[in-house]
Amino acid sequence: MIKQRELVIVGGGPAGMAAALSAYKNGVKDILILERDEYLGGILNQCIHPGFGIDYFKEILTGPEYARRFINKLEQVPRIEVSLRSFVVDLTKDKVLTFLKPGSFNRIKAKALIMATGCREKTREMVHIPGTRPAGIFSAGLAQKMINIEGLIPGKKVVIVGSGDIGLIMARRFVLEGAQVKAVIEIQKQSQGLLRNVVQCVQDYNIPFFCQHKISKIHGNSRVEKVSVVKVDKNFKTVANTEFEIECDSILISVGLIPENELIEMAGVKIDKNTNTPVYKGLNKTSIKGLFVCGNSYKVYDIVDSVSSDSEKAGQSAAEYLKRGKK
Amino acid sequence: MKIYDVIIIGAGVVGTAIARELSRYELKTAVLEKEIEPAFGVSKSNSGIIHPGTQNHCNSLKGRLCVEGNKLMRGIAHELGVDFKEVGELIVVFNKKDIPRLIKLKEEAEKLGVPKIQIVGRGWLKEHEPNLSKKAIAALYAPTAGILSPYRLVYDMIENAQNNGVEVYAQQEVIQIKPSKIRGSKKQGYFEIITSSKRKFKTKYIINSAGLFADDISKLAGIDDFKIKPRKGEEFILDKKKEHITNHLLFPLPAKKSKGVLIIKTSAGNPMIGPTACDCVDKYDLSTTDAGLKKVLSSVKRMIPSISHKDIIAYFAGLRPAAGEDFIIRHEDKVPGFINVAGIQSPGLTAAPAIALMACAILRQQGVNLKKKKIFHKTREKTTHLFEMPFSHTEKIIKEDPDYGDIVCRCEMVSAKEIKEAIKRGAKTLDGIKFRTRAQAGRCHGSFCTCRILKILAENSKRPITQITKKGAGSEIVLEKRCND
Ligand SMILES: Cc1cc2nc3c(=O)[nH]c(=O)nc-3n(C[C@H](O)[C@H](O)[C@H](O)COP(=O)(O)OP(=O)(O)OC[C@H]3O[C@@H](n4cnc5c(N)ncnc54)[C@H](O)[C@@H]3O)c2cc1C
Ligand SMILES: Cc1cc2nc3c(=O)[nH]c(=O)nc-3n(C[C@H](O)[C@H](O)[C@H](O)COP(=O)(O)OP(=O)(O)OC[C@H]3O[C@@H](n4cnc5c(N)ncnc54)[C@H](O)[C@@H]3O)c2cc1C
Repeated sequence: MIKQRELVIVGGGPAGMAAALSAYKNGVKDILILERDEYLGGILNQCIHPGFGIDYFKEILTGPEYARRFINKLEQVPRIEVSLRSFVVDLTKDKVLTFLKPGSFNRIKAKALIMATGCREKTREMVHIPGTRPAGIFSAGLAQKMINIEGLIPGKKVVIVGSGDIGLIMARRFVLEGAQVKAVIEIQKQSQGLLRNVVQCVQDYNIPFFCQHKISKIHGNSRVEKVSVVKVDKNFKTVANTEFEIECDSILISVGLIPENELIEMAGVKIDKNTNTPVYKGLNKTSIKGLFVCGNSYKVYDIVDSVSSDSEKAGQSAAEYLKRGKK
Repeated sequence: MKIYDVIIIGAGVVGTAIARELSRYELKTAVLEKEIEPAFGVSKSNSGIIHPGTQNHCNSLKGRLCVEGNKLMRGIAHELGVDFKEVGELIVVFNKKDIPRLIKLKEEAEKLGVPKIQIVGRGWLKEHEPNLSKKAIAALYAPTAGILSPYRLVYDMIENAQNNGVEVYAQQEVIQIKPSKIRGSKKQGYFEIITSSKRKFKTKYIINSAGLFADDISKLAGIDDFKIKPRKGEEFILDKKKEHITNHLLFPLPAKKSKGVLIIKTSAGNPMIGPTACDCVDKYDLSTTDAGLKKVLSSVKRMIPSISHKDIIAYFAGLRPAAGEDFIIRHEDKVPGFINVAGIQSPGLTAAPAIALMACAILRQQGVNLKKKKIFHKTREKTTHLFEMPFSHTEKIIKEDPDYGDIVCRCEMVSAKEIKEAIKRGAKTLDGIKFRTRAQAGRCHGSFCTCRILKILAENSKRPITQITKKGAGSEIVLEKRCND
């Protein structure tokens, strides 16, 4: 017999934690959080810059500080069980989850399920940057993890592709680590990130910022050596005779996020092919009853404060669903 | 100094197939490879198709070796635990006027001995290949076409060869070959090979299977009558979610210099589209281009209209080492003891086992005594991959070894145990790990697992993390380490 749990939450980032706390507040007394990492907090752990919590806590916190507030609350609720290093690898439409832990293979059935699995970053391949494939090409999030969590410097002369918030924040981060940020290259007319990040992370450090430009070729066989850059028009077509080169040893790719929804897709939830998000009416809801999605896997949020408040609603919805089932 | 009987230059699929074949015999054999790991040349970037032998001229050497290789490959794959899937191929036509060409291809293939081929019509196609364009009217069906992972084949062959006594020396770029005669005799003596790291090797026979650089090696030995002209092929890998977009390998009618742009099934499940075919000069130019992407997309959409550029998760380019139209496999009588196995363009992966037999036959002709070893380990223990086993089995092996439950790569479901096992079996680089285990080869492209793999590699190979590379010296990932553990 497969063990059954009232509410299972996959993902222990800000979304999963907020959903768990809110479900508990709304009467669910058997909650299990499955988190594949060694700690709770999700992507916030590597976001050591300030700028979190302005809406939710009316304070300026760093990512880990923001996460800590939720972890502290969770620790006070013994009814919420947290299982770390627990990697969910399979999900069925009946909400049967398979998860692996070092040393154990586990299968459980959830009466209600909240998926809070976050995002992954788009890759160089998804935006088709031509050229070679040497060492030195990193997604911005990977570079952030290397520097902030592992203490490893992946580049000294950096070109950043894309001006979303992660790219902008990493521009400053590299400068603070003594690296040279040669350019931020954005194909659109203006930055894709928050204005405060453009000012505080790029302008304040005099980092060259090229809008309406793109990388036309990556050079280097072993390690990145340089990039060719061209101007583009408003239809993203290359403008002739505008090519120039920038010498660098690394390229950070920061061209957007994609919600991680492969598990619910596996279970048969209807997914929008363009955004990789569930298609259904109503916040956090999906085409499978009792299966909710919240946080960055529901849609890509700009700030974590809105992730927390929307995810609380997911916890509430799950609680209501379970109550209805009991009647 | 030790004198080898045979030294093979180049650890691609050809060199390793020869090494494995020679390891059956009482010979002192070594393989010299310039890269840090085997399979880092042409053999890592191809379509992974075990061709049935169609699309070859019926009098060509490559055609004959392809048909023979297709047969032999099944046995080798079975013995070494490499997954070989016989998926079959379809050469599709859209125009009535092309049917005669299809018939001609069939006749040529039959002359070469390609088994079980037939021409199938619209009805058959509709049933067996439902996503194929309605405009496709007929196809030549060759059911013996197969797929496998080309690098795993190389790694498993070299591992087995080593297990049978073959010595492998990586990072040994051959830069000089000195033939020498035995003094006072007309008989051949031995060669002295010098590598970039100043190591010297002595051998009675040399087999040159240096891929793109086979002309340079041949020149070092004094034979300068062919040139390798690289022909670039760009390939684009699609998301595994599209695994069942086709049931067969789909080919258009062959182009002049290539088999055309294909829709490929790969052993990992991800479909692949490509390759282009474009002559180039630079043997190191593995760059992909916008033009290549456009060409590939427009060609394959003609066959499967639903393929979209959004499905692409990875791409690469490979260079076919072409020296004219056909393979060059021969003993060079002007330099006794020197055997060229050059110009091994497509279908070199398929033909490799047959090429190996041919190389042995040449050695025998030259008077080498090929005496079978008393003990030859023809099998090897199959590598474990979580992603290809049912969960019931996963459960069992996690109980036996907890590391199988420690997932490192989320997209392809690769555990810490598989990574450590790959290192034990010879992986030294991030690419080496990727080729062996598929970790970093999925849709997130290593964003999630790179840090962990770096740490496991550093720890298990007892090297500082700053020395871990993507694919050998110069491709270090981490430029500086700031903190101590
Ligand atoms: C670099 C960066 C900078 C940012 N800067 C700011 C900022 O300045 N201000 C701000 O307000 N917001 C910022 N954000 C946004 C904010 O961090 C995110 O909106 C928020 O973290 C999303 O929360 P989440 O819980 O949905 O996802 P995540 O934090 O990604 O959490 C998802 C969790 O699910 C787990 N998981 C996923 N799949 C599985 C599985 N199969 N099994 C088990 N567990 C799984 C993951 O390990 C992870 O812990 C930033 C984000 C990034 C990436
Ligand atoms: C895009 C593309 C698609 C293809 N698709 C298919 C297919 O589907 N099916 C098929 O059958 N074939 C296919 N092929 C052909 C196939 O890949 C090749 O024929 C085969 O890999 C050649 O193997 P090799 O061992 O000769 O060359 P390589 O793999 O290049 O091996 C040669 C080795 O020699 C080493 N070397 C070079 N110089 C020196 C030196 N001086 N000292 C020491 N070592 C040296 C190199 O580093 C290399 O490792 C394809 C080729 C391409 C490019």
